[in-house]
Amino acid sequence: MIVKQLSVFLENKEGRLCDAIETLSSNGINISALSLADSTEYGMLRMLVSDPESGVKVLKAAGIPAKLTDVICLKAAHKTGALSRILKAFMGKGIAIEYMYAFAAGENASVVMKTSDTEKAIEVIKESDIEAWEAETIYNINA
Amino acid sequence: MIWNETKECMSRDEIYTLQSARLAKMVDRVYHNVPFYRKKMQQMGIEPGDIRCVEDVNKLPFTTKDDLRENYPFGLVAVPQSEVTRVHASSGTTGKATVVAYTRKDIATWSECVARVLAMTGMTREDRIQISYGYGLFTGGLGVHYGAEHLGATVIPMSSGNTKKQITMMEDFGATVLACTPSYALHLAEAIEEAGMLDRIKLKTAILGAEPWTDNMRRELEKKLNINAFDIYGLSEVMGPGVAADCLEHKGLHVYEDYFLPEIINPETFQPVAPGEVGELVFTTLTKEALPLFRYRTKDLTSITYDKCNCGRTMARISKFKGRSDDMLIIRGVNVFPSQIEAALLEMGETSPHYMMVVDREDNLDTLEVLVEVDESYFSDEIRELENLSRRISKVLKEALGVAVKVKLVEPKTLERSEGKAKRVIDKRTLY
Repeated sequence: MIVKQLSVFLENKEGRLCDAIETLSSNGINISALSLADSTEYGMLRMLVSDPESGVKVLKAAGIPAKLTDVICLKAAHKTGALSRILKAFMGKGIAIEYMYAFAAGENASVVMKTSDTEKAIEVIKESDIEAWEAETIYNINA
Repeated sequence: MIWNETKECMSRDEIYTLQSARLAKMVDRVYHNVPFYRKKMQQMGIEPGDIRCVEDVNKLPFTTKDDLRENYPFGLVAVPQSEVTRVHASSGTTGKATVVAYTRKDIATWSECVARVLAMTGMTREDRIQISYGYGLFTGGLGVHYGAEHLGATVIPMSSGNTKKQITMMEDFGATVLACTPSYALHLAEAIEEAGMLDRIKLKTAILGAEPWTDNMRRELEKKLNINAFDIYGLSEVMGPGVAADCLEHKGLHVYEDYFLPEIINPETFQPVAPGEVGELVFTTLTKEALPLFRYRTKDLTSITYDKCNCGRTMARISKFKGRSDDMLIIRGVNVFPSQIEAALLEMGETSPHYMMVVDREDNLDTLEVLVEVDESYFSDEIRELENLSRRISKVLKEALGVAVKVKLVEPKTLERSEGKAKRVIDKRTLY
């Protein structure tokens, strides 16, 4: 259930985001979901890609700091209340959601979630009726 | 006004005789009381009897800040602890402070020097001096304080910071003289201007030091506040503020040669340079009891003239400083060495030790920004964690340096590496 997300540290400099994206595309790595968080001085690019391990390698080789982060991907139907149902499942379990972003995948919407405790989050999901994506499926989602 | 005409206006011959006698006596006393210097002299094959006149000073060993640090805290003190009445300290290169000590007589000498400086600016016992140098281990506050009391002026011991309160007290107490760093004086001047208080303050003189500043900055300050501004120089190792200062002529800073023997040397060959030529300023203390120093290398670059000044004083004058022979920076009056940052980052261990310092001046206050590379493999992808890291680094650096630091995280391998002469400092201020 754990999905390896590609996290990239970007200085706020012109062309830096483009450098990172271009490095991935020229190495045949496909991006299926993306979020960009910013602070005054730097940005954090988070992505689900077709081959996270190679992604880290090619980015580092290009001098762009990158690492893998464990996240989980949950399916949320295109229906009012679907997301709140997911969030409620985590409430009262001592799990903090560090960040979250959404992407569309086929008929469903999906959310990528980084929690304070991935193991515990997985237990919660297994006990609930929330559907999660398997890592392999996510990597090949647009293949 | 000349505070001590017999001393400040002695003929060059008289100065020479007095210095020679004091030097010989001091070397003899140090040889018998400070093992560090005795050993050095023995290694060089010299005895106290070899030092008889001013020229002999170049037979003596040099002293550096490192020597003081290695003998931390009281290894170089030449008197029993019971004779020491005060200590001060300044920052060292790797965290350990440089400690200096004074006897009752040393404090009296210091007060005499500062009183001479204050009188030289036209200050009298009728004046009220607001001392906005930091009080405490830093020599600025207490040094000027004792000198002003010796002169008989009214002392307002404000210490540094809190600009609003500084201006209120300046107005309420009718301060006529201000003592602080030149950059803080400019900051105060602008705050006074903004508050529209210029016609309500009675300042006529500012005595400024602890950091280098230019003649242009002096003129700007004088115009802004309608005052005369003077440069006071000193360093804790030699005494503190009052080792030298400029007079109304503003043609160099008079060195109190009856207490301190100045030399200008080539920092690479250690040979003396001719009067008027730029080199490193070196001081031998002539009367200090607690911490007498042979040929202390200030690392400040200047030139010297022995010509009589139009003000009537005969004491040698050093020019405004031209720079440093090491990489020390003075930020908000605090001595900062780039190596302190590297040491602090290495000790912290959460980042790479590569850094770049950017020093600037905003609203006349020095700012220090330190660029630090995030660690390639261990950075967090949570913004909050990265911000916490910045805050932690900034706290560690502030503790190590004694000045506030703004930290900026940058990508790995974007800063120059330290092999060879990496540029670690960008100083945007105009100081020299």
